[in-house]
Amino acid sequence: MKLKYIIPILFITLFTVSCSSDDDNSDTIINEVENLKKIQELTNATHSVELFNTSGKFETGYNAITIRIKDNATNNYVENASISWMPVMQMSTMKHSSPKSDITKSLGQKTLYEGFIVYQMANLDGSGWSLKVDYTIDAINYSVHSDITVMQSEYQNVTSFMGADDKRYIIAMIEPRSPKIAINKLKLGLFQMESMMSFPVVADYQITLDPRMPGMGNHSSPNNTDLNYNLAEKMYEGNLSLTMTGYWVLNLKLLNDFDEVLKGENVTEEHPKSSLYLELEF
Amino acid sequence: MKKLITAVIWMFCGGFIFAQESHDTKKDTTKLDEITLVGRRKLSNYRQEKTLSSIDDYLEKSNKITMIKRGNYAWEPAMNNMNSERLNVTIDGMQIFGACTDKMDPITSYVDVSNLQKVSIGSGQSGSENGHTIGGGIDLQLPNSKFQGSGLKTSVDLGYETNGNYRTGGLDLEYSGAIFYLNADGIYRKSDNYDAGNNEEVLYSQFQKYNISLQSGYKLNEHHTLEAAVIYDKATDVGYPALTMDVSLAEALITSVTHKYENDSTFIQSLESKLYYNTITHVMDDSKRPDVPIRMDMPGWSDTYGFYSKASMQVSKHALEVNLNGFYNRSWAEMTMYPNDLNQSAMFMYTWPDIRTLYSGIYAKDTYAINDHTSLSAALRVGFHQNEIAKETGLESLQIFYPEIGALKNRALSSFTTNYLYKKEHYDVSFGAGYGERAPSVSEGYGFFLFNSFDNYDYIGNPTLNNEKSIEANFKANYHENNFHIGLETSYFYIMDYIIGNIDESLSAMTIGADGVRVYDALSNAKIFNVYLNSSYKLSNSFSVNGTVGYNYGSGSNGENLPLIKPFSYLAEVNYSIPKFNAALQLEGNGNQTRYSSYYGEDETPSYATLNLNLGNEFNLKTNKVVLKYGIENILDTNYSTYADWNNIPRQGRNFYINMSYVIY
Repeated sequence: MKLKYIIPILFITLFTVSCSSDDDNSDTIINEVENLKKIQELTNATHSVELFNTSGKFETGYNAITIRIKDNATNNYVENASISWMPVMQMSTMKHSSPKSDITKSLGQKTLYEGFIVYQMANLDGSGWSLKVDYTIDAINYSVHSDITVMQSEYQNVTSFMGADDKRYIIAMIEPRSPKIAINKLKLGLFQMESMMSFPVVADYQITLDPRMPGMGNHSSPNNTDLNYNLAEKMYEGNLSLTMTGYWVLNLKLLNDFDEVLKGENVTEEHPKSSLYLELEF
Repeated sequence: MKKLITAVIWMFCGGFIFAQESHDTKKDTTKLDEITLVGRRKLSNYRQEKTLSSIDDYLEKSNKITMIKRGNYAWEPAMNNMNSERLNVTIDGMQIFGACTDKMDPITSYVDVSNLQKVSIGSGQSGSENGHTIGGGIDLQLPNSKFQGSGLKTSVDLGYETNGNYRTGGLDLEYSGAIFYLNADGIYRKSDNYDAGNNEEVLYSQFQKYNISLQSGYKLNEHHTLEAAVIYDKATDVGYPALTMDVSLAEALITSVTHKYENDSTFIQSLESKLYYNTITHVMDDSKRPDVPIRMDMPGWSDTYGFYSKASMQVSKHALEVNLNGFYNRSWAEMTMYPNDLNQSAMFMYTWPDIRTLYSGIYAKDTYAINDHTSLSAALRVGFHQNEIAKETGLESLQIFYPEIGALKNRALSSFTTNYLYKKEHYDVSFGAGYGERAPSVSEGYGFFLFNSFDNYDYIGNPTLNNEKSIEANFKANYHENNFHIGLETSYFYIMDYIIGNIDESLSAMTIGADGVRVYDALSNAKIFNVYLNSSYKLSNSFSVNGTVGYNYGSGSNGENLPLIKPFSYLAEVNYSIPKFNAALQLEGNGNQTRYSSYYGEDETPSYATLNLNLGNEFNLKTNKVVLKYGIENILDTNYSTYADWNNIPRQGRNFYINMSYVIY
C-alpha cells in the first residue's frame, strides 16, 4: 500500500536531481543558437560569419537572419562587431540587390546579431545570389563574400510589381510565420525599388486585404482589417482571419497616401483574384 | 375560481404542494401523456401497427410528434412544432447527444423498439423531469425489472416490406428468475432505396443497421436491486436523399448501472440511482455521390457521462418526486475538404471545436389531491449549465467572429410548471401553465460553418446567446357519453429570445453553392400555438371510428412565419377488432401549407392524403404464440411529400408489409 506513496516521491526526487545536475553542468562556451539552424558559413582568413534562421535555408520572401561571427584564431565569438551586408542577384544582363534591414545586436544576446533580407526572386536551382558582409571589430574593417543558395518558396509570399505611379514596389509577408485557424496578425513589408541596389521602406501607404479560398468557392472570412503602417516596426499591420486550414490567397490593394490605388483590384465573381496578391497554406 | 386562486397563491408561497394526477394511460395514439410502446413486448396488444415498426414510425403515430425526414432513416422528432434543440430526449433518463452537426442522428436512431418498453412524452414544461426543455421531453424507457420467475422465453421476429425490399429480423431471449433476470435481444434492419409513388426510385435512401442489447438485474434483497444495461447500435451505409452527404457509420454504445430501492413502509418509497456513460461516433461522407463540388469528410463524436438519483415519496395527499441529475458531455466534430486541385492540401476545420457541457440540476414535483375529483400539481427544475471550449484552436477560431469571448460560459436555468385537473364522470378539464429556459445547443452556441441544406445557408454558432425562455399555457378538455368521446387539446407558447439563424450579409459562405451565412441570433419573441380536436365513437363492441384534426401556428417577432410548422392535419380511422383479429383502415393527410416560411427556406407544400390498411392476427401453436401483422401503406400509391420532409423528398409509395412474431414460452 505504501508503494503508492513512495513511487511518486521517488520520481519527484529523480527529476529534481536530474534538473539540478543540468544546471551545474552549464557550458562555459556560450551557445545562443540552440533553436536555430545554420544556413551557411562565410569564411575569410580571420573570421567565420555564421548565418542562422529557423529553417536552415534561404527561401524567396522575408528571411529573418541571425548572424554570429567566430574568431578563427581563438574560436571565440565576437561580441562587439558592427555589421552591414549586401545581397546581390547576378542576372544575365544586370545585377540587383533586394530589400534588407540594418543589422543590430540581438536583444539580450551576447554573440548574436540580427536582420532580415527579402529575396524577391530565385532561380530554380537556387543559384545567382551572393552575399557580401562587411564588419568592423575594434576599428578594423573586414569583409567576407560568398555565393548563397536561395530556393523558391512553394507559395508566393513576396511580390514585385510596377505601381500606377510608375514606381516599382516589393511587398513581402513577414507574419504570420505559422498561421492558425484564428485571427492572425498579418505583417507585410513594403519597399520601393529606388534603384537596382536601394530598396527603402515605404511609409504611410495603406494595403487593403481580402483573403480567399479558391479551392472552396473563393469564399472569404470575416473581421479582416486593412493594413496600416506601424512606424515603430516599419511594416504594415492588420488582422487576417483564417477560418480553416488549406490554401489561401490574400488579395491586396496598395493605396498611396492620397488614397490612390497603385496596384490591385477588388475581388468579384468575374474577377476572382487581385493582380496584387500573396499566398499561404497551412 | 376562488379555489383556483387560492391554490395558485398557495403554490407560489409554499413551494411544492400538490395533487394526485390520475394517469390513466390509454394506449391511444391521440393521447400524449404517455405512450406505451407497442413493441415486441406487448404483442397481444391490439394496436394497428407493425410489431417491428421502428421507433421513428412509432413516434410518428403520436399526435403532437412529427418526424422530420432527411431520408428513410434517423428521423428527427419534433413536438409542438419544435425539434431537437428545444426538446429533451433521453434514454431511460440518460442524457445522450447526437454526434452529427447536421442533425442526421437524432438519438431516437440509436435505440430500437426491441430495447424499449415505452416512450414517455411530456409536452412543454411537463417534460422537464430529465432536463431543461421548451417544447417537451421524450424519455425512451427501458423495460422494468422482471423478477417474475417465469423462466425462459424466446421470441423471433421477421418482417418484410416490398417497398425498398426492407428486411427485418429480430431475436429476443429472456430469462426471468426470482432474484435474477437476463434479457438479450438483437435486431437487424436493411433496406434498399425505396420508391415514392408512381415507382419513382428515391436514390440514396438505403440503410442498414443492427442493434443489440443486454439487460440484467440482480435482486440483492427484498428492497434493493442492481441492474446493468448495455445497448450497442451500429448503422452503416445510410443514405440521406435530402442532403448532399451520406453516413458511412453511426455507432453508439450506451451503458448504465442502476441501483433501485423500494420500500412501501419508509418515508422514501423508492429511490433509483443510475450511473451512465455513452459514446457516439458519426461519420458523414460523400464517397458514394458521383457529382459533388468538393469531396469532404465530416466525422463527429459525442461522449456523455452522467448520473441521476430520483426518489418518490407519498405524504398524506402529496405525491412527491425528486430527481437530482448531472452530466458531462464532450462534443467534437471536424470537417476535411479535399480540393479538386490536387496540388492544394486538404482544408480542415473544427465544426464543433471540442465543446464540453457540464450540467447539474434538481427537479421536484408534487402532486396534491385536493379532493376526489380535483388535483393540482407543480414541478420545479433548477440547474447550472456550463459550456467550455476545450480546444485552444476552437476558441481561437470562434474568436474570429467573437473576439471578446472566453472559453467558459456559465448559465443558470430554471423551469416551473403547474397543472390543475378537474375530473367528473362525463368530462374532465385541465389547465396548465409553465415557464422554462434552455441553453443554446452546441451547434447554436459553437457551430462553425455548419451547412444547412434546408435553407442553403452556412450557420455560425453564437456563444453570446441568451437563454431561450418560454411561457406556456395549455388547456385540455374531454367529454365522454356512452360510446362517444370528444376531446380538445391546445397549447400556446410565447418564447422569448427565440434562437434562430439570421442572415449576415457581410459574411461569405464557405460551402460551395450556399446562398450566404446565417449567424445564430435571437428573435425577441416567437409564438407557437396548436390545437387538436379528437373524437371517437364505438359503433359496437368490435367496430369503432375515430378522427383527429389539428391546426398549428407559429410566427416570429420579425413578422416571418417560423419554419417547420405543421399545416392543418387530419386523421380518420375505422377499426374492427375481435379477439385474435383486428383490422383498421386509415386516412391521413395534411392541408395545403399556406403559412410556409420562405424566409427560412421553405416552399409551399401542397396538401396530400394517404390511405393505409393494417391487419393483425394472433393464434397459438401448441403453447407457443404467433402474431401476424400485415397490411398496405399508401394504398393509392400517392406521390407526395409533407412539410416535414427536408427539401421535399417524396415519401414512400405503395408498400405491402408483413411482420411475424413467434413467441416460445
